[in-house]
Amino acid sequence: MSLNANNCEVCPIHNAGNLKRLGIDMSNFDFVVALAGNPNTGKSTVFNNLTGLKQHTGNWPGKTVTRAEGGFEFNNSKYKLVDLPGTYSLLSTSTDEEVARDFILFGQPDVTVIVADATRLERNLNLILQILEITERAVLCLNLMDEAERNKIKIDERMLSKDLGIPVIPTVARYNKGMNELLNSIYEVATGKYICQPHRLKSKSRELNFAVEKLSKMLLKEFPNLPNVKWVALRLLEGDQSIIDSIRNGELGKIYSGDKKKLEMEQAV
Amino acid sequence: MNNQQSGKEAILSTANNLRWEVGENFHDTLMESIYLNASDITKRAVTLPAEKETISWEQKIDRILTSRYLGFPIMFLILGVVFWVTIVGANVPSSLIASLLLDTVHPALKSFSAAIGLPFWLDGVLIDGAYLSMAWVISVMLPPMMIFFPLFTLLEDFGYLPRVSFNMDSLYRRVGAHGKQALTMAMGFGCNAAGVVATRVIDSPRERLIAIITNNFSLCNGRWPTQILIATIFIGAAAPAYIAGIVSAAAVVFIAVLGIVFSLIVSWGLSKSVLKGEASAFSLELPPYRPPRVLRTLYTSLIDRTIFVLWRAIVFAIPAGIVIWLVGNITVGGESVGNIFMNWVNPFAFILGLNGVIILAYIIAIPANEIVIPTVLMLTVMSLGLTGVGEGSGVMFQLDSAFATKDILVAGGWTLLTGINLMLFSLLHNPCSTTIYTIYKETKSVKWTMISTFLPIVMGLIVTFFVTQIWRLIAQN
Repeated sequence: MSLNANNCEVCPIHNAGNLKRLGIDMSNFDFVVALAGNPNTGKSTVFNNLTGLKQHTGNWPGKTVTRAEGGFEFNNSKYKLVDLPGTYSLLSTSTDEEVARDFILFGQPDVTVIVADATRLERNLNLILQILEITERAVLCLNLMDEAERNKIKIDERMLSKDLGIPVIPTVARYNKGMNELLNSIYEVATGKYICQPHRLKSKSRELNFAVEKLSKMLLKEFPNLPNVKWVALRLLEGDQSIIDSIRNGELGKIYSGDKKKLEMEQAV
Repeated sequence: MNNQQSGKEAILSTANNLRWEVGENFHDTLMESIYLNASDITKRAVTLPAEKETISWEQKIDRILTSRYLGFPIMFLILGVVFWVTIVGANVPSSLIASLLLDTVHPALKSFSAAIGLPFWLDGVLIDGAYLSMAWVISVMLPPMMIFFPLFTLLEDFGYLPRVSFNMDSLYRRVGAHGKQALTMAMGFGCNAAGVVATRVIDSPRERLIAIITNNFSLCNGRWPTQILIATIFIGAAAPAYIAGIVSAAAVVFIAVLGIVFSLIVSWGLSKSVLKGEASAFSLELPPYRPPRVLRTLYTSLIDRTIFVLWRAIVFAIPAGIVIWLVGNITVGGESVGNIFMNWVNPFAFILGLNGVIILAYIIAIPANEIVIPTVLMLTVMSLGLTGVGEGSGVMFQLDSAFATKDILVAGGWTLLTGINLMLFSLLHNPCSTTIYTIYKETKSVKWTMISTFLPIVMGLIVTFFVTQIWRLIAQN
């Protein structure tokens, strides 16, 4: 292998020209990418950077309460990007957080990009770990690195990536830094070039594992194709009334049978 | 069918049984393990600065901006400065645009239409109706918006609005509403429809309804220009020239604060009567201060707000202009329909310190608050029979500054009292039709939509009535 200056041009990371912002054109997409994360971590800024749209951003939590969607093209694949409202947890109940939760759980995005605030990583990990419990393909976008630097916080991205089992990309979305690296990771995870090994919680008790397995089997028999059946089983064990209701009236099967159209109608605002 | 039913019930009963086996607190165990894992991972990956700063500059600023005593005065001061800059800065460009669109382009259009022999009604509908109202929208509203919106967006980007919410939060909690209502109220300062959608951040349906009903008390994009203009030409003008700008700005701040006071009173009333209940607890995260990206902000506030509001105003102003021309030119018994209506409501409007023009304008402007002022101007010109305005020859008013607008209004019988009452009524009247529709979509209830629509009108009528009566009592003595 010979090293030459042209290497940079072939390398997908270097080539910003590979990104084609498609705005609201989302026709014939190959992959669906969800943007999730705590409130006020810069999801909408990342969204605008990638799609070229001008979704209003603001420095306060709760700016986005509904889904925004846009498209972009990278390395000859078309992506549909979905900007979700910020949420602290997948276990909560308010309407804005439900939108995010339902999409990550049942919208079956090909890649979930988790945008995290680098200055508040430990708190953000609460959501990150919950998302990793229920998805196979994710990328961590470690945003606001400039603020972390200003506060003299150092983050070992490699260690973090090893622990979480997903790519970790430091970014400063406000100044468009790290976007190409992020795009490349999305591309690699979506196409299976990078196989994620998401971190899973180890300290579940044997009884709990047994109960979840048993319920999952029963659920799958009744609702084949139900994604994230383990999560549903877990919520059922907790006695989540909305899940109980949706099982009783069959909604669970209808909405979450993988029919994305129907799901979108349910969530359309 | 029966089989399927039993399959579902079997799942539920198995879940019930298993729930006993795994133990009640498995949720806590789960959360605990998430926190433990998070802390382990953080320890391995994150190095914090060796010596922690005792108090960062951000905390120092926060202590001042959200301090118990200084928080509110600083808030009033910042808002006041923003309005003052807007009012003082908007005057010159406003007069430039007005003289261009009203004194130059309009006569040119008229003589052009005369030259090609346009029928009088088409000329009236298109040029005196649609074009004139659009021209008024642009000249009256564009300059203040171009100054106010970027300033407001800069404050927002810097992170000041959440501090306002933080200051307000305890007040809202004390009246039995959700503290996050302070956030949705701040959103309403941009657009009430957006504010209503933003109430989704509130979990409890009771508190969410209160936030929806009271969101209209936040002055929105469409109403700021009305407030700023009327404050400039009536209230500022009543003060000595050297403090006119400050007085006008203070008047707008006063109305905005009055809106907050009303939202507190109504929230209190609702949570003590039809929407009884305890306020729920929540945590509000104060975002870090971020240096605003000035150019980017100017650009987005221009696109997101200025152009958006202006476009909306023009879209609604064109049909409104046509309607205005029609009510002014369709006659019954020698009198135009508009005049008949205005004369009919005049006695009632007089009690409120308003006039028939304002009432009719607010009916025509239900689709968008943005067009209230242009509609008022058009109707005034029409009802006074000032056909000379813009007829090419015999222009009666040189519409070349905000004060020319005042000339028209004064000719229409406006006084300082009318100006004050218009400002109050602009704060307290029905939401625009977009917001009403949004409220219906969010609440799915005709009853609550009606309440949100009519409650502010009733309050507006009561407030203007008392202000007028007291004003006249004092004026008589």
